[in-house]
Amino acid sequence: MIAEKTTILKRILTISIGMLLVLIAAAVLGISVGSAGGGFETVIRSIFGKTVVDSSLEDIIWRIRMPRVVLAALVGAALSSGGLVFQALLRNPLAEPYILGISGGAAIGAISGILIGLSQFPGVSVSSFIGSMMTLALLLMISSGRTILRKESLLLSGVMVNAFCSAVIMFLISMTQDARIHNIIFWLMGDLSLAGFKQVILLAAIVIPGIAVIFWLSHVMNLLLLGQETAKSLGVNLKVVTVILLGTTSLMVSATVSQCGLLGFVGLVIPHLLRFVVGPDHRVLVPACVLGGGAYMIVCDVLARTLPRQGEMPAGVITAIIGAPLFIFLLKKSVR
Amino acid sequence: MKSAVNANQLNFTYETEPVLRDVSFAVPRSNFFIIIGPNGSGKTTLIKAIAGTLKARSGQLHILGKPIQNFSHRTLAKHIALVPQMVPLEFPFRVSEFVLMGRAPHLGILGLEQAGDIEIARQAMTFTGIEHLAGRQMYRLSGGERQCVLIARAICQEPQIILLDEPTASLDLAHQVQVMDLMEKFKEEKGVTIIMVSHDINLAAIYGDQLLLLKEGQIVKLGRPDEVLSFQNLEHAYGCKLLVDKSPLGESPRVTLVPRKFLKLRANMEPSMIPTSVKKKPPTGPDH
Repeated sequence: MIAEKTTILKRILTISIGMLLVLIAAAVLGISVGSAGGGFETVIRSIFGKTVVDSSLEDIIWRIRMPRVVLAALVGAALSSGGLVFQALLRNPLAEPYILGISGGAAIGAISGILIGLSQFPGVSVSSFIGSMMTLALLLMISSGRTILRKESLLLSGVMVNAFCSAVIMFLISMTQDARIHNIIFWLMGDLSLAGFKQVILLAAIVIPGIAVIFWLSHVMNLLLLGQETAKSLGVNLKVVTVILLGTTSLMVSATVSQCGLLGFVGLVIPHLLRFVVGPDHRVLVPACVLGGGAYMIVCDVLARTLPRQGEMPAGVITAIIGAPLFIFLLKKSVR
Repeated sequence: MKSAVNANQLNFTYETEPVLRDVSFAVPRSNFFIIIGPNGSGKTTLIKAIAGTLKARSGQLHILGKPIQNFSHRTLAKHIALVPQMVPLEFPFRVSEFVLMGRAPHLGILGLEQAGDIEIARQAMTFTGIEHLAGRQMYRLSGGERQCVLIARAICQEPQIILLDEPTASLDLAHQVQVMDLMEKFKEEKGVTIIMVSHDINLAAIYGDQLLLLKEGQIVKLGRPDEVLSFQNLEHAYGCKLLVDKSPLGESPRVTLVPRKFLKLRANMEPSMIPTSVKKKPPTGPDH
């Protein structure tokens, strides 16, 4: 019955607090785990300002692990809310920035920026944003008109855009002679290891306002799911909303790509999981995805750091290993 | 009193194909106004123009006495609700959530509904008789139930005009009557104007206060059902053989299709058996 006594505000708060606890748990895990050891106890002590026996361990916790965990949380939040926006705008539960090739376009922009010799900020970030906007335009052009509503044609366009982007990336890499190759390839596969405070702050400056915009428009995203006609008839200014949402998401995605490379499927896994748990209402789903996506990315990064015996692997490998099978499963379910 | 909708010389072109040509009409308030006509006659385009989702190429359209371009999207949505032919169901909304979305144009900046909004949604669901479905997923409903949910959402919007695009298409008989009765009751109780596109001429004849018959984007006839549903007008608009007599329920006309195998029969009928509307004039042209 509609008399679910809890109001929407209460629901948003309850679920957000729940997801916040999950995020905190993931963050504590992320800070505690690493090759230098540590463990919960030290971390908890350190967080609460108690003196720790080993001061170098404390250094590692605060200077290396902390920025990395915060970076992972920001990246996860940006990518999963980005996925959510694309799913609502394109009315396609399988849409996601990576699958659609938007991330690939941002990567082309970023690599071109690096090769030209632009500074990390703002140079590479801007070239990455331009790259993502160009692929977005290409994608919308290919699948424009009536066909865009059809799942298969949109995904197919995404696959083609992605293939094209990969080819361009390979071309750019093959043109590079020097030692930057290794860095580029590692970064391309999704890498959070370069986290520093400056990086974190730059990303936060883009991601946090972006999330605020998406939350502000979350009730409009509900209406978008009813179709364009109906959304318009319910008072949605479709053009303005589409431009704001696409712009914000592309900015967030390209910022994460230029910092951390390609981390695929995050925007698919988290929205799907949470939609299953909390329902399709975006006013609840947006904050849940922001917090849950952050937690998920931290855990993926922990796995990337700890699974290999020596060194670490790119976090993008983990997100793809989890995400790709889920994508195939969902595609099969939706076709049936 | 200003009319609910006033169209003056509306023209609409889809790519290069003209869909509406110099369409002018007025819909009084609290009217059950039904737009009929063959496929491709511009019915849906006309309703979309009134809903503000399509912009006419030329001509004036006044809603409640004000030019439509003077309304913002949101204000227009407070006055006009649209019941579309269908809604996408990829996302698992519950019926109550879906109905509540009708409050959207009335909500604040974050779109959080208050207790009052929930009460309005509950009343809308009671009115349409779907309270028991509130917790159900939309995709689990039958076609008839889904149509009632769409109508409840439109009612929840508290509009002064409701637009419906073929609400009875693909419904069984019981649901056809239910939907039409619902709209008539809503009109009578709340004084709301109902504008509906329908393929079902007989339902239009029974329920409509006024009918608008379109053909190829032009008005064939506008008026009361007994004025519009003459045998000449219908044959001109639809291009098929029809028989028009009086409904056994009362004064409204009844339209019967005449399949090929009965054509000879009609020619051989005794003059006394031929309904008056057929007897008056031979089918030469439109009756303007």
